[in-house]
Amino acid sequence: MSKLIALLVALCCCASAGATESYRMPKIDTGKGGQCVKEPQWMRKNHMHLLRHQRDETVHKGLRDEKISLKNCIECHASIRDDSVISRDDSFCVGCHRYEAVKIDCFECHSGKRKSAWLQKDAK
Amino acid sequence: MNSIDTRRRGFLKTSLGAAAVAIAPGMLLFDMAHGKSEAVSSKVRWGMLIDTANCADGCNDCVTACNKENGLAGGSSSGGLSPTDSQWIRKVELKDMRGGRTLSLPMMCQHCENPPCVDVCPTGASFKRADGIVLVDKHLCIGCRYCMMACPYKARSFVHEPLHDQKPDVPRGKGTVESCTMCVHRVDSGQQPACAEACPNKSILFGNLNDPDSEISKKIRTVASIQVRADLGLNTGIRYQGI
Repeated sequence: MSKLIALLVALCCCASAGATESYRMPKIDTGKGGQCVKEPQWMRKNHMHLLRHQRDETVHKGLRDEKISLKNCIECHASIRDDSVISRDDSFCVGCHRYEAVKIDCFECHSGKRKSAWLQKDAK
Repeated sequence: MNSIDTRRRGFLKTSLGAAAVAIAPGMLLFDMAHGKSEAVSSKVRWGMLIDTANCADGCNDCVTACNKENGLAGGSSSGGLSPTDSQWIRKVELKDMRGGRTLSLPMMCQHCENPPCVDVCPTGASFKRADGIVLVDKHLCIGCRYCMMACPYKARSFVHEPLHDQKPDVPRGKGTVESCTMCVHRVDSGQQPACAEACPNKSILFGNLNDPDSEISKKIRTVASIQVRADLGLNTGIRYQGI
């Protein structure tokens, strides 16, 4: 009996592992990463609302909240390799957006590069 | 008034007081945690006074500084100017044909109090911030270029080509109209615009026109200065001295 249970458990484990693998999550380069605004699951669902709200506050009222500005997001989430959130298929923004098939317009105007990297380049 | 009313009144007063004491520190902490919480207000009106007598003929430093600060193509090391490049500030040479007197001055968005570009914008993209800076919200701009037609100073440019490598502080993109922002990103962080900082002769004086004690207000009170095309009644934020 105990052998049967062990076999069942093993089978279940295999099945769930298989299920996770077949449900291929995008592999993204989170850069320095970390949590500063809210937990990742909440951010995955709601980051666009924060950005959209903040953009109007900043452009029209001059409220430059450091914490939820696009620049600040990029500062931590840009890849350590190339200082960008958009340059490669697995970059922070591109990785997920390609997986979800949602086009991002932000970077047609905004820089996808980390500001500190920009300043270094500028200083040279 | 009976005793129940008095007691009730007393109770309401104390509970309101207690609530204020409980909430106030929370609000203070919230403000501290979220950086600058105050929106720009009309108590400030940013402006400039340009002394054309000091503006050297042939000097282009303000233009170069603007291009570099805002990542316009004129400031890039890679390519030269193309005919469709944006121009936020330009040097204008004037000559009195009878007397022969010449003078040179920088011309850019005049940050009008009553901006014609804002009047004609169909989407509300062209707007004036409370502190008098006239801007384009490129999230709303559809690139119709009415504002370019309406501007008496030819201050605005249209972005014709796709752009790459924009500066993190100055987002710019194809299909939108743009113009001098009075370096709004610098002003918001307490600095002065790039052109004013770069002028070798200190001919561009930047400051708050609404503050009677600011350097610019004092100077405007003492020297003769004019607004370009004052007849249009736009009340520009940029004033010129010595034209």
